[in-house]
Amino acid sequence: MPTQEAGKPYSTLALRSPEELMFGRVPKPVSCGYGLQLGAGAVYPELNFTLPTMLIEEESWSSIVNQYDELGEMIRRTAKRLHLPGLMIEFELLPPMTERPEWGAEITRVLDSHLKKAHEVDGLPCALRVTPTDIRDAIRPPLLRTGTEWETLRASFEACAEAGAHVLSIESVGGKELNDEAMMYGDVEGVMFALGVLAPRDMQFLWKEIVSICTAHGVVPGGDSACGFANTAMQLSSQGMLPEVFAAMVRGASAVRSLVAYECGAFGPSKDCAYEGPILKAITGAPIAMEGKSASCAHFSPVGNVAAAMCDLWSNESVQNVRLLSGPAPEAFLELLTYDCRLFNAALSTGSERIYQRMLVESDIHLSAQALVLSPESTIRIASAIVRERTHYRQTIAAASEALHVIRDAVRNKTLALAPKEHQWLDKIESALVALPAGEGGIMDSMIDRYGHLFTPSSYGL
Amino acid sequence: MKELQELAEQLINGYSDHVARLTQELLDKGATPQTILNEGLVAGMTVVGERMRSGEMYLPEVLQSASAMHASLKILKPHLVRDGVESRGKILMGTVKGDMHDIGKNLVGIMLEGAGYEIVDLGLNVQAQKFVEAIQTHKPAILGLSAMLTTTMLHMKTTIDAITQAGVRANVKILVGGAPVSQKFADEVGADAYARDAVKAVDKVKELLAA
Ligand code: B1M
Repeated sequence: MPTQEAGKPYSTLALRSPEELMFGRVPKPVSCGYGLQLGAGAVYPELNFTLPTMLIEEESWSSIVNQYDELGEMIRRTAKRLHLPGLMIEFELLPPMTERPEWGAEITRVLDSHLKKAHEVDGLPCALRVTPTDIRDAIRPPLLRTGTEWETLRASFEACAEAGAHVLSIESVGGKELNDEAMMYGDVEGVMFALGVLAPRDMQFLWKEIVSICTAHGVVPGGDSACGFANTAMQLSSQGMLPEVFAAMVRGASAVRSLVAYECGAFGPSKDCAYEGPILKAITGAPIAMEGKSASCAHFSPVGNVAAAMCDLWSNESVQNVRLLSGPAPEAFLELLTYDCRLFNAALSTGSERIYQRMLVESDIHLSAQALVLSPESTIRIASAIVRERTHYRQTIAAASEALHVIRDAVRNKTLALAPKEHQWLDKIESALVALPAGEGGIMDSMIDRYGHLFTPSSYGL
Repeated sequence: MKELQELAEQLINGYSDHVARLTQELLDKGATPQTILNEGLVAGMTVVGERMRSGEMYLPEVLQSASAMHASLKILKPHLVRDGVESRGKILMGTVKGDMHDIGKNLVGIMLEGAGYEIVDLGLNVQAQKFVEAIQTHKPAILGLSAMLTTTMLHMKTTIDAITQAGVRANVKILVGGAPVSQKFADEVGADAYARDAVKAVDKVKELLAA
């Protein structure tokens, strides 16, 4: 898959209008695993499951492998029962599985062998996404480019690629050490520095490495997620700690750091918890995974329907392997996702996709500023603002500002109501963005003064 | 006293400079440091806590109030030490071994600090032994443990067991929290209390210290 000029910020959109942004369709479909085509006219479930309450250690390891093995069996059984036309499985490594690369590789092999059978025996197009844990922040300030954690993370990617992963992804954390603090203080300048200066630098370093591992093993470099930034903001907002407009601003701005994976050669599908996915899709034309209402097993959100409006994979994020009345929770969620996907695909095959998409969008965007910035119209506005700028720093500020303009327009048109305190914050964030210096050089010194104790400049090549 | 009320109000508004000035003025007028602490600062922070609970204040505003309180405490501290006034209680906190989620734990620490408690934060990915040693060194009234993963929450039990084995369990009350944690789990691992969120954590600490 060709990328645009390697390592350079995107300057054009792959999809130019909201009408072109549709679930199940992209200009650059991706083939992966055992015959799975993404973005070529259908939406497939992406199932992710995790362990119930238990410790991961030598003594429990064989029972853990057994759990994944049984889940592999379940996947085949359920796929047949529900006439599933295609499936992505995500194996999100837990920290000890990354710290011991051979453990992550062993489970990758187990799951791959089940998917192989599902394809060869049952004819199921399917693929396995593997997501090692970004363990580089085990020490604070994190050492991102050197040291045992980085070496081990790299080894984990290698081992999983060798063991049969079809797509590799990560929820990387470069810049989060500063962003967490800045968000708590409502410091817009700090957030822009974390998302627009530090995070893109780490993404460049990390994704060059991931792409080279993928290329060497014939694996698809999927994409990253701004989970540690924008989903933390979403959770803070849902707990009443941050204004929703702040979380919506962070969501828009976070797309720029996630885009860097594509600048370095990733080509999708993006990670499910990357709710910035639609912006990535509009700019790169690559397929995206999304999650919403059917991921309420993992966390709550105000964007349950609108998140589905442009997805190519539809995920449950993560569910514990516990027993429900119907059966194992992962099986219940695979059934749920399958029915969700039948609706997407029936809408596509009957030519009703535009109506269905509108329903998904309209049902959420008048109730939440965070939902509003995820609509196809907002996506194109934010994506356009990003590609108009030439540096990651400028792009991040442009995305943040456009997210706020989208909200302000909706308030003006009376299609979104904001609480008075949210209004105050809208003004406050806008003024802070306007006051930022034109180039990143202008905030470097003050940021090092304010947050220098939290991050190591050399981790970012500074 | 009118000035104490004004101090509380300026603290709620998060004006550090005003709060520092008013603290000095009150001291100069002969108010005791303990009165300033309880009737000015703690009274103000109680309102801040209530406003946060009711959604009237967001975290950044709460943190501004907390900074204002620190500005005042900086002036008061030598006087409090001289008068032998003890802090409301020392709380040791940390995210358990293997877990790198810390923003929730940090928020709990901030809210407790705002309520006048002294916080010693051991950070994240903290081994059981380190908690034991910190209890022996810092002698906290309460230990707060946070965990966000189903595969790390059992380290709360490992930690509590290590504390028991070291013979210091009777010295601290233990509060636990984090997304996968519940009251039932807290009971099972032998904790003294569970709190769902940062605001509830303050209530629980008050209850534990009063018990
Ligand atoms: C002492 O007394 C107390 C009392 C109350 C206490 C307390 C202590 N501690 C907390 N509380 C309570 O009060 C706080 C304030 O009100 C609250 O704290 P919270 O932390 O709950 O709330 C915060 C204010 C906001 N909440 C958050 O920021 C967490 C949100 C979710 C989506 C989440 C995020 C954002 C992150 N994560 Co992670 N993450 C998830 C989370 C989903 C969920 N359901 O929570 C969860 C917990 N993560 C998960 C996973 C799998 C992972 N994460 C990982 C990484 C991350 C990010 C770094 C990307 C990011 C950072 C979070 C941060 N800044 O700390 C990895 C592990 C890292 C590690 N070694 O620990 C990784 C393994 C993913 C990977 N493969 O990379 C899942 C758990 C799965 C499991 N088996 O348990 C998960 C449920 C999401 C999912 N995938 O479904 C209360 O819990």
